Amino acid sequence: MTQAVLSHKRPRGRRASATPGQIGLALAIAAFFVVFLAAPVATVVYVAFTEKGTGAFTLINFVDFARTDLFIRSFWNSIYASTMTVVVASMIALPLAYITTRFDFRGSVLIQTLAFLPLIMPPFVGAVAMLLLFGRNGSINLLLDDYFDFKIPFMEGLNGVIFVQSIHYFPFILVNLSTAMRNIDRSMEEAAQNLGSSGFRLFRRIVLPLAMPGYVAGASLVFVKVMDDLATPLLLGVKDMLAPQAYLRVTSVGITDPMGYVISVVLVLIAVLCMWLWARAVAGKDYNTEQRGGGGLAKRSMKPHEKWIAYGVVLLILLLVLAPHISLLLLSFATVWSFSPLPDAYTTAHYTRVFSESFDYIKNTLIYSSLAGLIDIIIGGAIAYLVLRTKLIGRTWLDWAASAALAIPGVVLGIGFLRAFYDVQLPGGRPLATMWIMIVLALAVRRLAYALRACYASLQQISVSLEEAAESLGATKLRSARKILLPLMVGGILAGFITSFATAAVELSATLMLVQSSDDAPLVYGLYVFMQSAAGRGPGAALGVIAVLLVAACTYLSHLVIERTQSAKGAIQ
Amino acid sequence: MSRLSVFAVAAAVGLLGIGAACAQTGKVTVVTSFAKDVTDPFKKAFEKAYPGATLDVQNRNTNAGVKYLEETRSNNQVDIFWASAPDAFEALKVKGLLQKYQVKTVGIPEKIGSFPINDPQGFYFGFAASGYGIMWNDRYARANKLPEPKDWSDLARPVYFDHTLMAAPSRSGTTHLTIETILQGEGWDKGWRTIKEVSGNFRQVTDRSFGVPEAVNSGQVGFGVVIDFFAFSAQASGFPVKFVYPTVTTIVPANVGLIANAPNKAAGEAFLDFLLSPAGQTVLLEPGIRRLPVLPATYAQAPADYPNPFKDPSLGARVKFDVEISEKRTDVVDALFDQMITFQLEGLKGATKAIHDAEAALAKKDNAEARALVKEARDLVAAMPITEPQARAPEITSAFTGAKEKGARQAELEQQWAAFAKGKFEQARTKAEQAVKLAR
Repeated sequence: MTQAVLSHKRPRGRRASATPGQIGLALAIAAFFVVFLAAPVATVVYVAFTEKGTGAFTLINFVDFARTDLFIRSFWNSIYASTMTVVVASMIALPLAYITTRFDFRGSVLIQTLAFLPLIMPPFVGAVAMLLLFGRNGSINLLLDDYFDFKIPFMEGLNGVIFVQSIHYFPFILVNLSTAMRNIDRSMEEAAQNLGSSGFRLFRRIVLPLAMPGYVAGASLVFVKVMDDLATPLLLGVKDMLAPQAYLRVTSVGITDPMGYVISVVLVLIAVLCMWLWARAVAGKDYNTEQRGGGGLAKRSMKPHEKWIAYGVVLLILLLVLAPHISLLLLSFATVWSFSPLPDAYTTAHYTRVFSESFDYIKNTLIYSSLAGLIDIIIGGAIAYLVLRTKLIGRTWLDWAASAALAIPGVVLGIGFLRAFYDVQLPGGRPLATMWIMIVLALAVRRLAYALRACYASLQQISVSLEEAAESLGATKLRSARKILLPLMVGGILAGFITSFATAAVELSATLMLVQSSDDAPLVYGLYVFMQSAAGRGPGAALGVIAVLLVAACTYLSHLVIERTQSAKGAIQ
Repeated sequence: MSRLSVFAVAAAVGLLGIGAACAQTGKVTVVTSFAKDVTDPFKKAFEKAYPGATLDVQNRNTNAGVKYLEETRSNNQVDIFWASAPDAFEALKVKGLLQKYQVKTVGIPEKIGSFPINDPQGFYFGFAASGYGIMWNDRYARANKLPEPKDWSDLARPVYFDHTLMAAPSRSGTTHLTIETILQGEGWDKGWRTIKEVSGNFRQVTDRSFGVPEAVNSGQVGFGVVIDFFAFSAQASGFPVKFVYPTVTTIVPANVGLIANAPNKAAGEAFLDFLLSPAGQTVLLEPGIRRLPVLPATYAQAPADYPNPFKDPSLGARVKFDVEISEKRTDVVDALFDQMITFQLEGLKGATKAIHDAEAALAKKDNAEARALVKEARDLVAAMPITEPQARAPEITSAFTGAKEKGARQAELEQQWAAFAKGKFEQARTKAEQAVKLAR
């Protein structure tokens, strides 16, 4: 039965050719990419293809890359860390997704929200909090050393990177997988049950395969994200990975070194290749189900002992992944916290100090990240539609462009924006690049892949026959998209919005280049400024807590909306 | 002329007058790497001294700041660049991004320690000085029963293995100057030997200056090579940290400069003058800032134990510093450090640990052959891929500056140096391990 579902291949996009509207849409998105991604980045990375001094075209820099031990070592380290992170992150995300979507589990929404928090660990201060807890002389190791005379190297070397990254990025898998699981048609499950399947077999043969697009979407994001993240390795003192190498070289003063840009190009290639491989991996199968409105898998109640196990597992995982936030909270109330399991004393002074200035920061953060999230779901949804529902030539290029954006180091994009838009002057001589809207656009470009993957996965689960039915009854493409697809995709779209919004709220590397005055600065910028001095550690942590609470509140609201629509769908049936 | 028009003319003249006065005020846009705790008191004091002026502080780290000014030069909106590292100002000056100015304050000497305070051509000015030293977490030291260090050479002792850290000179202009001072003080080969012996104990080489005090403050690493104000401001915030100036230290100025084509030049100049005026210099004495004023008269208002580089010869005066040599080989020294130490730390530490073990074994039971092996191992660690004259020869320096002449590419040189260091460290480790066996 399952096999039949999965291998039943439907000739997709049966229409003769694309409508003018679709072509127009594709061109508009392509134009967006050219103006806000390709052009700015090209102004920076072209250096990778030129000879130093003369500026003539050459590929010698790439030969140098292959000849340099450090870069080759960095390359394999990055691949290894990314792969292992996907494995570990899956081990964290799978149980959470399964328990909260399959069972009548009290506080599912709360758990989904809490488990999302790691993604919004603010830079710098998050690192300090993490070290205070898991570091060589963090709380846990100090206690272990005191009582048992040994330490656990949580945060040493590549394994440390994998540990921290898994905790940080598993929500990508969780969010996408949960959404996918909710979208599985109940009738599939019921059919399998009628045929005698149940328990783990049901999960393995029906639920997991049908939720595959969501899992793959999440896993590929984790892979690429770990590939291009530089903050965590640098914090742990691991410099032989690609992203830190690119960053260290791009930002060194006074040296004209092409290698940083060469590494950036390599990173982009890896990201695109990775997305291509994932696309191939899920391309052979059809994941859609024709019947919709089943309200996702049947939620069942657990037997008492199952309940205890489930609560135990969930609590344990939450404790682990929220540990950095607990430590951040402690830090924000701490007077001094140094080489001790807990702070020396507590105070509210840090909150008083940041209170007055945080209003502007909060307002800016909300405006920037929600606008960026909005842009992302519009463009991401449109790309998903074009790729999956049309036969336009070159449509997958749009997908790849968005994935490439994920891999471009923030600082490269920031410099690119300055180069491309600084000389474009507004009336009154003000450079375009100094407008706050540029920060929004940079954030949107950097976070587009998140929204895209979510929209893509949810569209993949919807059968094209639903639209065909609508169209055969006389609906236009636009109308069928609006009346059929949009309502069915709403969960995926919201998941995409949340991911883009939340991660944009804590993005710093591109923002730091583009912030022009403190009035236009978002929260993370304020946090960065505080975290440059010993006295600023507490206030920085306080701002960090505010940022986390803010994003968490927005996430919680979005989850409520998802649940609402889900139960509304169920009710119709 | 009617009375009305007279009135109008008078009003116009009046407005002009006000306008002239206002030329000193308005918004001064400052790009700085300094933390809020440093900039806020200056902002307050400046805005009080110049009513009508506002200081708009844009915080960027030094590297990002330089890049930002470079990228936005076509339509510059920044008046002042304000940061520690002299090399960043040097880079800006070379690129023509700074403009000359004649400071109004008199009484600022030419040198602090052995380092010139101002750019000789007047493109940038030192406004405060800081000395390098060793900062440590007292709780960490006591828990691990580690002695208090007094000098640079102490940090090379086996007892500190894996307990120290420093910023990479390529990432921190002030750390670069410390390295350069050691090289100039001890000579190229001896200097690098010292640097590698100290570095062999490093737990980590951080990629930003503040990473060092951060790690020491939180107790993740015990001992850090830092610039003094990091330690002072940590102490002021209550962290259990101590600090010592070694017997020979560098005193380096933190700088400020006026950006070419500044949109509000007059107000920018006003801020420059304020920083260097007695009022501005006094702000440096605040406990949260604690930097050394460049105006000697200011020390009269300082607390009793405040270090005074103009009186205390151990603060920088004993060191000779040749700016010209330093400038020529800046990039080469940074790249050498990164390729041999920062990115090769594991190998270096392995060799260092083996040497420490061998020497410990020898202390218990001497063995001439083993002793010779240890000496060989030490020499292997200290070996350098290039000589001092090579380090400032155009064939090598041009690989880093993007000069027109064809030579080795930076990536090629770096690979050679890294391979050299890696090989030597492995050999050193083998020799030292042999020595341990012999001494047993």
